[in-house]
Amino acid sequence: MTVTAPVARKRSALTKGQLPAFAPYIVLAVALVLGAAILALIGFNAFGWGLVSAILFTIGLVGWSAAVEGGRKASDKLATCLIVGSFLVALLPLVSVIWTVLVNGIPGIITPGFLTTSMNGVTGAFDNKSVEEGTKVLGGVYHALLGTVQITLLATVISVPVGLLTAIYLVEYGNDRVLARAITFFVDVMTGIPSIVAGLFAAAFFFVVVGPGTKTGAVAAVALSVLMIPVVVRSSEEMLKIVPNELREAAYALGVRKWRAILKVVIPTAISGIASGVTLAIARVIGETAPILVTAGFATSINNNVFGGWMASLPTFIYTQILNPTSPSNPDPSSQRAWGAALVLIILVMLLNLGARLIARIFAPKAGR
Amino acid sequence: MSKRIDVKDLNVYYGSFLAVEGVNINIEAKSVTAFIGPSGCGKSTFLRTLNRMHEVLPGARVEGEVLLDGDNLYGPGVDPVTVRTQVGMVFQRPNPFPTMSIRDNVLAGVKLNNKKISKGAADALVEKSLRGANLWNEVKDRLEKPGSGLSGGQQQRLCIARAIAVEPQVILMDEPCSALDPISTLAVEDLINELKDEYTVVIVTHNMQQAARVSDKTAFFNIAGTGKPGKLIEFADTTTIFNNPSQKATEDYVSGRFG
Repeated sequence: MTVTAPVARKRSALTKGQLPAFAPYIVLAVALVLGAAILALIGFNAFGWGLVSAILFTIGLVGWSAAVEGGRKASDKLATCLIVGSFLVALLPLVSVIWTVLVNGIPGIITPGFLTTSMNGVTGAFDNKSVEEGTKVLGGVYHALLGTVQITLLATVISVPVGLLTAIYLVEYGNDRVLARAITFFVDVMTGIPSIVAGLFAAAFFFVVVGPGTKTGAVAAVALSVLMIPVVVRSSEEMLKIVPNELREAAYALGVRKWRAILKVVIPTAISGIASGVTLAIARVIGETAPILVTAGFATSINNNVFGGWMASLPTFIYTQILNPTSPSNPDPSSQRAWGAALVLIILVMLLNLGARLIARIFAPKAGR
Repeated sequence: MSKRIDVKDLNVYYGSFLAVEGVNINIEAKSVTAFIGPSGCGKSTFLRTLNRMHEVLPGARVEGEVLLDGDNLYGPGVDPVTVRTQVGMVFQRPNPFPTMSIRDNVLAGVKLNNKKISKGAADALVEKSLRGANLWNEVKDRLEKPGSGLSGGQQQRLCIARAIAVEPQVILMDEPCSALDPISTLAVEDLINELKDEYTVVIVTHNMQQAARVSDKTAFFNIAGTGKPGKLIEFADTTTIFNNPSQKATEDYVSGRFG
C-alpha cells in the first residue's frame, strides 16, 4: 500500500471562474463615482445620483459576471439586482412618509398640552400671537383622539360579532349553498365600496330613522363598520378554513354538538388569526376621513357622548386644520397641530399592529414539551 | 359495558355514488374485529357509518340498518350525537386538540359538552383513561403541557384515552397505527388487547400481520374495479381468514397474490 503525498495547496479547481467576493463592492464604488460624475454634468441631485448609480451598478456587475462567470450566473445577478431594486423602490415612499411625519410632527406632539387639551376656545388671535411673539402653540388633539378611540371602538363592537358570525356561517354551515355564495359575492363587493359611499349610507340611514341632520359619533361608527365588516368576514373566514377538519371530526366523534365544537374547538384554534385580522381591520378604518366628515361633523370641544352631538376625530382634525387654519393669516400653528395629529394617528396604527402581533402570539396554540 | 353491532343490508353513498354495497355483518360484544382489504375498497367508509360520522361529509348518506344491541342507529329520531357518545372513534392521524393541555384533551368529551364534573372526579377520570391508554406513566408529570408536544405514538394513545374517557360501548379505530413507528404500534396493539376486556373494538388496518395479531375476527373487503362499489367478501375467525379462507379473493389477498 503506497502513501500518496498530499496535493500541494493551490486555488481550488472547483471555484475557478468565479468573481471574487469583493466584486460587488468594487462595482458599487465605481458606479457611485461614475454616477456622481455624470450627474455633475447635468446638475447634481441626490435622487438622480442614486438612480444612475443603481443602473450603472446593475450593468457593470451583470456585464462583468457574464464575461467571467457565464450566462447563468449573470442572469442570477441581474435578477438579484432587479429584486433588491424593486424592494428599495417599494421602501422609499414608506420611509419618506414616516420621516416627513416624524420631522414635522414631533414639534407639535412635544408642545405641552397637545395631548391633553382640545381646540375649545383656541382662536386665530392665539395663533397670531404665537407666531409674532414666539409663545407656545395652544390647542391640542385630546378631543379628536377621544373621538377616534370612541368611534372606532363602537365600530369594532358592531363589526366583530356581525363579521365573525357571518364567517362562521360561511365556513361551517354554508356548504356552498346559494345563500352562502351570495354572501361571499356581496362581501367581496362591499370590500370595494368607496369609503365616502359608506359615510353617505350611514348619514342617509340615520336621516330616515332618527331625523334630518343627525350627526353623531354613532353614525360615524355605523359608517366605519360598513367598511370593517367585509374585512373581518374575509380574514375570519380564511382563519376558520385553515382549522383542520380532523379537529372537527375528533370533536364530533366524542359526541360533541356542532355548535359546541365550533365554539370550543374551531374558534379557539383560529382565535389568534381572527384577533389579528380584527386588529388589522381596525387599523384599516381608523384613518378614514370622508365617512366621518359626513357623519360626525367636526367639533372643536370635547364630546364624551358617542350618541349625541358632533364629534371630532384625528383624520377630520388634520383635514380641517390644513384646509381651514384657525388663523387664516398665520397657518403655521395649524399645520403644526395637523402634523402632530398625523404622528399621533400613525403611532396609534403602529400600536394596533404591534397589538395584533402580541395577540396572535398570546393566543397561538403552544407546542411546548 | 359493551354492545354488539349487527349490520343489515347496508349501502353507503357519497351523493349518487354507491361506495359500499350490501354489507351484512355481526360484530360480537367484547371482541376485536379487523377490517382488511385494498385501498379504496370502502373499509374506512363503512367504519364511519358505524357511529354516523359518515354523514358529516356533504352529500353522504346510508341505506339499511345498523343495530347497536338491537337499536337501529339510523332509525327515525335518532340523534347522531347520542350515537357518537356510545360509539367512539380513533382516527388515522393523531389529532389532539392543539389549544388544550394533555389533561384537557382527555377531559374534552366531558368539558366540551359542559358537563359539570368535580375536580376530584376529573382527576380520577384523567388517570383512569390515561392508564387505560398505557400513557399515564409517560405524561403524569406534565398533564398541564399541550398535547401537541407529545410524540406521534403518544399523541395517538392520548386520542385513545380521550375516546375511552367518554366511556363508549364500542371503539372504532381507523388505521390507528399507520402513522406510527413499530414501537408505538406495539404499544397501541397491546392496548387494543386490553381494551377488548371492556369494549367492543373494530379496527381498520392495512397491515395484515396487525390484523392477525390483534383481532378475533376479520372481515375482508374488496372492490371489483375503479368506480364499482366495495363489498364485504368474507367474514370469519381471523385464523380461518388467514389460514383457510373460503373465497379465492381472500386467499389471494392474504397470501400476497393479489390481483
